[in-house]
Amino acid sequence: MPFALLRYGLASKHRPFRDLPPTPDLKRSYDVVIIGGGGHGLAAAYYLSNHHGIRSIAVLEKGYLAGGNTARNTTTIRSNYLTQPSIRFYKEAVSLYETMSSDLGFNVMFSQRGQLTLAHSEATMRSFHLRAAMGKHLGTRIEVVDPQTVRELCPHLNMDIGGQHEVLGGLWHADGGTARHDAVAWGYAKRAAEKGVEIHQRTTVTAIRTAGDKVTEVVTDRGTIRAGQVMQAAGGLNGQMAELAGFPLPIRCMTLQAMVSQPLKPFLDTLVSSANLHTYLVQSSRGEIVIGGASDPYQLASTRSTFDQKEHLAEGALHLFPFLHNVRLLRQWAGIVDTTPDYSPIMGASPLQNYWLDAGWGTYGFKATPVSGKYMAQTIATGRVPDMIAPFALDRFDRFALLNEMGATAASH
Amino acid sequence: MKRLTCPMNGVRDISEFQYLGPVRRTRPDDADAVTRHLFYIENPVGPMIEWWRHRPSNTVFLAERHTGTDEIFRTWLPDGSEQQND
Ligand SMILES: Cc1cc2nc3c(=O)[nH]c(=O)nc-3n(C[C@H](O)[C@H](O)[C@H](O)COP(=O)(O)OP(=O)(O)OC[C@H]3O[C@@H](n4cnc5c(N)ncnc54)[C@H](O)[C@@H]3O)c2cc1C
Repeated sequence: MPFALLRYGLASKHRPFRDLPPTPDLKRSYDVVIIGGGGHGLAAAYYLSNHHGIRSIAVLEKGYLAGGNTARNTTTIRSNYLTQPSIRFYKEAVSLYETMSSDLGFNVMFSQRGQLTLAHSEATMRSFHLRAAMGKHLGTRIEVVDPQTVRELCPHLNMDIGGQHEVLGGLWHADGGTARHDAVAWGYAKRAAEKGVEIHQRTTVTAIRTAGDKVTEVVTDRGTIRAGQVMQAAGGLNGQMAELAGFPLPIRCMTLQAMVSQPLKPFLDTLVSSANLHTYLVQSSRGEIVIGGASDPYQLASTRSTFDQKEHLAEGALHLFPFLHNVRLLRQWAGIVDTTPDYSPIMGASPLQNYWLDAGWGTYGFKATPVSGKYMAQTIATGRVPDMIAPFALDRFDRFALLNEMGATAASH
Repeated sequence: MKRLTCPMNGVRDISEFQYLGPVRRTRPDDADAVTRHLFYIENPVGPMIEWWRHRPSNTVFLAERHTGTDEIFRTWLPDGSEQQND
């Protein structure tokens, strides 16, 4: 490899290469059709083609590749959830990120710098003890830390001693990290395309045709195709997509906003999150401070930002790091998130036999990109739902077997 | 700043209000209906009728709002008295 690189560097004529082939014409039929070319759809395509030998796959994306929530998220990767099935699932997500760059031969810039969540009340401290105990039991790196340790982990933080939001302690999750969101999608797309997966950008699914309890055809604005198996990973509009297939999902659209500051010298080397202030911050490798928080306070299916929420995020960020008050914002945006009643995803079977769900990723699905891809691919290739994702089945709502992750998700994704 | 018209207090800043969710079309009497009522909440991209509360005065009222554009069409009290948004 080093010699090849040297030869490439010294060569006078460079042959440019594309990571992704251009969108081809649609064929009449595919073994697997994946609706949604975000991280989740692409990861599933990668696992199907690279690990299960299925090559006749079309990924249909209405916009540009991974331009939905994959492009909009704040890239928090962590496994400090509350319920056993979630921790087990997200723990594997983190470990897949640890080897992703070398597995894909594509640099996804995974940076495992740890996540610090702050408690400003006794109630939050109690919930931290529960999360730490659960996490330790299942083998993740997580502990409750005192204010002195918080100060050592994050020396620039305003501890607000004696104030309304005094830091009483923290939840330190050494496994937490971030990765470059676009690279994750591009890496999976590149390796899937190499195996013959067709990625159709600017291709909108407009209808799903069924016969009995099976999907027969997927109708798009570029033509109609027959499909053996269909996987739905349509991001924020998952509820609307399921309605096209003829059944409802327990999903509500909410708007989630984020923003980044101008680049600063590196000063923040952990992810910092405050549940009470509904704000979290991370410094990107470019030096920008990425600021995120809770979703807008009412149902909305819009990618327009609101001044209220931006002001709220700025307020939280300034409370935690007052010296940011002079810093300018560089970019801000919003995404539509598909929120479920228990803040857990919906994976696996649908009311239709050959139609598989990868939905309800709400505010927390980026970290799950590799692990959901892996198990969704296994589901589609074998026709059986693996134990790992069985608890996330759609019918858990009928069985009242909810996986409530609101407390571990709502404010820090 | 976004504004909402309270039928009691007139046009106020949206931060003074609490969202109480869509007006439900289901009524839970049997087991299936309970699941539907609890978890399958209205999620149109379009006009929706919903409950809101003006926090300072504790006024609970109804609003019709477009969930795609966030435009508020009208607000009214549960007893019927209406105030048009401008
Ligand atoms: C501001 C913000 C911050 C977030 N922060 C985090 C975080 O820190 N950590 C975390 O883990 N998660 C986070 N999330 C959530 C995360 O972004 C998503 O859960 C995740 O990206 C979902 O990936 P996906 O591939 O399923 O969806 P998407 O990336 O949204 O992909 C779905 C694709 O389907 C396409 N599509 C939709 N309808 C059709 C159609 N009819 N035909 C064809 N294609 C269609 C869309 O164009 C889209 O590209 C955040 C989200 C937002 C908005």
